[in-house]
Amino acid sequence: MASITFREVEGSSLKYWLLFGGLGLFVLFGALAWNHMHHYGHVVTGMDNQIVWGLPHVFAVFLIVAASGALNVASIASVFNKPMYKPLAPLSAILSLALMLGGLLVLVLDLGRSDRLIVAMTHFNFKSMFTWNVFLYSGFFGLVGVYLWTMLDRNVKTYSKAAGTAAFIWRLVLTTGTGSLFGFLIARELYGTAMLAPMFIIMSFAYGLAIYLMVLAAAYAWTGRTLGDAVMMRLKTLLVVFVAAVLYFVVVHHMTNLYFTKYHAVEAFILRDGGMFTTLFWVGQIVIGCVAPLVILLSGLGKQRMWIMIACALVVLGGVAQMYVTIIGAQAYPLDMFPGLIEKSSFFDGEVHSYTPSVPELFLGLGGVAIALLVTVFAIKVLRLLPASLDDATVAKLEH
Amino acid sequence: MKRILALGAVVLTTAALAWAGADAPPKAGGAPKPAITKAVKGEQCVEDTDYMRRNHMKVLDHHRDQAVIEGIRTKKHSLKECINCHASETTGSVAAAKDDFCVSCHSYAAVKIDCFDCHSTKPQGSAAMHPLNAETAHYKHKLAAQATSRVSAEEMAGVAQ
Amino acid sequence: MNELKPMSEDVPASHERRRFIGAAAATAAGLAIAPGVILVEVAHGRSEDQAASSAVRWGMLVDATKCATGCNDCVTACSTENGWTPVGESAHPKQAPQWIRKLELQDPLTQMETNLPMMCQHCAEPPCVDVCPTGASFKRADGIVLVNRHTCIGCRYCMMACPYKARSLVHESLNDTQKADVPRGIGCVESCTFCVQKVDRGDGNTACAEACTAAGHNALLFGDMNDPESEISRRLRELPTKQVRADLNLNLGVRYHGI
Repeated sequence: MASITFREVEGSSLKYWLLFGGLGLFVLFGALAWNHMHHYGHVVTGMDNQIVWGLPHVFAVFLIVAASGALNVASIASVFNKPMYKPLAPLSAILSLALMLGGLLVLVLDLGRSDRLIVAMTHFNFKSMFTWNVFLYSGFFGLVGVYLWTMLDRNVKTYSKAAGTAAFIWRLVLTTGTGSLFGFLIARELYGTAMLAPMFIIMSFAYGLAIYLMVLAAAYAWTGRTLGDAVMMRLKTLLVVFVAAVLYFVVVHHMTNLYFTKYHAVEAFILRDGGMFTTLFWVGQIVIGCVAPLVILLSGLGKQRMWIMIACALVVLGGVAQMYVTIIGAQAYPLDMFPGLIEKSSFFDGEVHSYTPSVPELFLGLGGVAIALLVTVFAIKVLRLLPASLDDATVAKLEH
Repeated sequence: MKRILALGAVVLTTAALAWAGADAPPKAGGAPKPAITKAVKGEQCVEDTDYMRRNHMKVLDHHRDQAVIEGIRTKKHSLKECINCHASETTGSVAAAKDDFCVSCHSYAAVKIDCFDCHSTKPQGSAAMHPLNAETAHYKHKLAAQATSRVSAEEMAGVAQ
Repeated sequence: MNELKPMSEDVPASHERRRFIGAAAATAAGLAIAPGVILVEVAHGRSEDQAASSAVRWGMLVDATKCATGCNDCVTACSTENGWTPVGESAHPKQAPQWIRKLELQDPLTQMETNLPMMCQHCAEPPCVDVCPTGASFKRADGIVLVNRHTCIGCRYCMMACPYKARSLVHESLNDTQKADVPRGIGCVESCTFCVQKVDRGDGNTACAEACTAAGHNALLFGDMNDPESEISRRLRELPTKQVRADLNLNLGVRYHGI
């Protein structure tokens, strides 16, 4: 097998520092947003006693799901022994760690008592999916960290496959846990189904890969390194499969619900009458997130790198729309305590709840994205994560 | 060898600092000393004053877990009773002004109090400007005799250790 | 950190216990060594150093046929007793906590209207307790579902899990307006406590039920559902009652008649 040279990016250009500074600025905005929310309480957010999880959770869950998916490329290399993916693995691991960090920060900084994070680390209720996720997330950092070490240090290289397999199994369990945060809720019609766990796993594959592709292409374009079409076309095909699978799961989920009369009202809300949520579902999640990328990638456009990037960006946008519909749309529909009866109260029972995200929430969420990218940008400068070249000839040698 | 030297240096420095810390008198003219007002009600706290200065947080934590989780609501170590006795006569509270009982020491020791985000700082049934409710009114005569005492530096140094 | 002792070890069986408390009460009254402790009803009073017991299960019977349209007395009484701002006076109504609210129901086909108060149903199998990551949401031995604000981190997962929309987050600082008996604060989740401070004092009743009785409606009855002799147990034996969302099989502490 031909050897691949990994090299740090130099990271001394003005462009690098501008990128670094720009991301740093958004991290700072995120910190200020948290400070504002923490000081005044959740009264300064758009969240209330009806919509209890808002935009920060959309960002946090999206980032956590994408984190687990970003590890895909590394898993294919070491678990499924595809040598072509080997040079792509270190970036995949660091990106997944960075996205996980960003997502978790947003999640914990949105807590009503974020100053009491230590309580969440010392008091556990093992019947809670949240508690399980605390362990799944910490374990993820540990395992992917070790996995990355086996990739970077020649002395422990022999353990790479074992570590990679462990990390792969762990992240499948982890995304099952994230999906089950919602799957294990009995109160709301759109949750409380085992469908959510596998659906979140397949979504993580798609979102993680889309982000990975964009970061990879940007890193190679901005550092002037060669990224051959062989790599792009292979990953593009993989993305097609994942996006199609997401679409399949979404269709099955809603078709199942449509068969049960008791879910008709809530399905009508999401699919037909929900105003913004309906628009976000059809235009955001389905058209932008699934149909358009599939059309681009499967048609002749998919041969052009620009269009592959556009498709990736659409998958990410569609993913955020999907999280918005899944998390906020499900809460916007009122709880049905007395099926068949019209409910009315001072506590907004029986009415569709509206939600307008506030500026601090938006910046807290963007801060999480920024910190994930900042960590990645910094890591490729100080660690040998990126192959010096991924031109077609080098990659072809790996295959044989 | 280098490592052993470095380790030795660290140990010596730590020991020296510890020794210096033990003997050095607390700096005069530092942070203002806490004002410790004697409780309006009662002669003596439920435990020794020295014990309470060092351990009130443990006592309160133990009581709060019993009270909240099991419903054991004994009066002796309850925060409510602390407040009933120690609320200041001017503000009617243990934590409204900087000289009030809890705040005065906690700001000196720079320890954040987490109690009063949730707990009322005033005795039951009292309004801000009426420190004495019906239950405590008969202690009024004692108020005149009591002056606010500044706790000695030695005492505070003892607590800090 | 703090382990719960199994109740069965400390607490004798129900009637033995009652006899014991009766004797203790007599002694206490005779010697007058426990000022402030009033045992209103011997069966439900317990001395202040005694833990809540699983021999008791507090519950409430709501008779929706007696609940008056437009009457809000239970809600007002709750807000006064527990110190939460009524939604009408709040600057942020959508973010204002509501421990109890009046629910108006109408059958769209028959036009039949029903009124009832809705609050924490004090489930025997509470979903909020299941999902709470830190164990802050918990069920006391006597069936009262509470939030331990010392370990609540404000994640609001319990609010997502509750089928009754019983819980609220305190969205802003309360600026020391809390009642001495009812701690509550910013960033923590809260809900109806069955007036646990009154129960522990030995009142044997909640503020809402007292207000309903005072208004002459008698739609709310609070008591020990484990005691076959209690009034609530007698009424529950006679009246047909339902649990809200009985399909979830949560075994609720609040039972409704006339829904």
